[in-house]
Amino acid sequence: MLACHDLQIEFNRVPVVRGISLDFPARKITAIIGPSGCGKSTLLRAFNRMHDLTPGARVTGTVTLDGRDIYGKAEDAVLVRRRIGMVFQKPNPFPTMSIFDNVIAGLRLVGVRNRGTLREAAESALMDAALWDEVKDRLKSNPMSLSGGQQQRLCIARALAVDPKVLLMDEPCSALDPIATAKIEELLFRLRERLSVVIVTHNMQQAARVSDYTAFLWMGQLIETGLTEKMFTNPKERTTEDYITGRFG
Amino acid sequence: MEGVCLLAALIAVVPLFAFLWHLVAMGAGAFSSALFTQLPLPPGEAGGGLKNAILGSVLVVGAATVVGIPVGIGAAVFMTEFAKPRVAATLRFFCDVLSGIPSIVMGLLAFQILVRPMHHFSALSGALALGFIMLPVVVITTQEMLHLVPHSLREAGHALGIPAWRIASSISVRAAAPGIITGILLSISRIAGETAPMLFTAFGNPFMSWDPRAPIATLPHTIFNYAISPYEDWHRLAWGGALVLVLGILGATLLSRFILWWHQRSLRA
Repeated sequence: MLACHDLQIEFNRVPVVRGISLDFPARKITAIIGPSGCGKSTLLRAFNRMHDLTPGARVTGTVTLDGRDIYGKAEDAVLVRRRIGMVFQKPNPFPTMSIFDNVIAGLRLVGVRNRGTLREAAESALMDAALWDEVKDRLKSNPMSLSGGQQQRLCIARALAVDPKVLLMDEPCSALDPIATAKIEELLFRLRERLSVVIVTHNMQQAARVSDYTAFLWMGQLIETGLTEKMFTNPKERTTEDYITGRFG
Repeated sequence: MEGVCLLAALIAVVPLFAFLWHLVAMGAGAFSSALFTQLPLPPGEAGGGLKNAILGSVLVVGAATVVGIPVGIGAAVFMTEFAKPRVAATLRFFCDVLSGIPSIVMGLLAFQILVRPMHHFSALSGALALGFIMLPVVVITTQEMLHLVPHSLREAGHALGIPAWRIASSISVRAAAPGIITGILLSISRIAGETAPMLFTAFGNPFMSWDPRAPIATLPHTIFNYAISPYEDWHRLAWGGALVLVLGILGATLLSRFILWWHQRSLRA
């Protein structure tokens, strides 16, 4: 289970996330919602230590995966990211690699050489990402020849190939059309059987459709969290109600 | 107004065509297999070629390239992929300054470092001078090309738990490779034509030399010597050599254009 406690994130001393504590139950989908600039993407990127790469970013508090602090002294950010994968807002396949090489990039570039292993990993990751049937005859093609939705599913396959425990998704459908979005949402339900998903979304219908739990952020703070059904039918806080009924945001 | 600008544009390209026409007209006469296979003859005897200068240039430029390219690319990768922004900006500033230093001063530096301690001119010192001149060009073009690689690709690499050095080599440099190769070819063209620093480093040699410690002939320097000589036949060879040099540089430029075009086409496909 992924959890954070009293998490604060600041950029050049400007706080963006102000003391958030949250649990993300295993094998469930948790949606993080909130208006633009509320810190939801910033929060998500703390869970796989992406802020380590940003000069001026400072993360305090704890993030634990199965009880281990991922920011602990003995933890290597590179290894942490193999356990906690990420899919970005815009599909970002590697344009210099084939579809096949994209899927296994996370294995081959850390030293996995065995062809059989790579081949199997690619096939099962593409199946998990519901892309296998569409690309099985063109694995050597350039990924840029795929549609936007296919590219995003390729990025999901690429993340799944390293077998993470948690998949972080940063508005994975915001650049896609409704049909491509539906395919990815469908895929999320199947992924839930094997890993936890944390999805940041702008789209409240999407949060309501796909997630088990929802967390509502506002101005860098956690306003409310709970079962998605309850949050959307009977929110406890006034701000949550105003946001999900579209009064602001 | 448009007419005036058109005229200016025509005037701007006139030197190129005037130069090419002149070069071909004067150089074609010397352009034969002898130019590539024979050594120069003593003054007054007709015939001979520039084998020593052509091969000498290849050797000196080759030696400078073999050292300059890995160091230049390594420095650019460090500055773009690993260094803190302030460190990268400082290093880049040094490279910008370095690239503006006149080539004859770089020759002087090689003279001071190698020629004086060794007490004689050498191919090695010529290669060192050319390496100094080439280095900032390679660093700057490689860095520009790496900057064009979208940050999202590096992020994707990090998110997969790929180590930083592997992201730099297999993702960033690989994506920028066609641009980097173009930069390399252009920097080779740049140093292949350098004459001033050769005057007191490689020095020139009327014979074929393979010894890095001995003076060696280079094409631009030989052209200079032959062009100012009083002998008709050496003038002819100078034009022939100029044609070889220009064709080589033109070839490198066209090749770099082709690589870029081919890469862009393959990205669209």
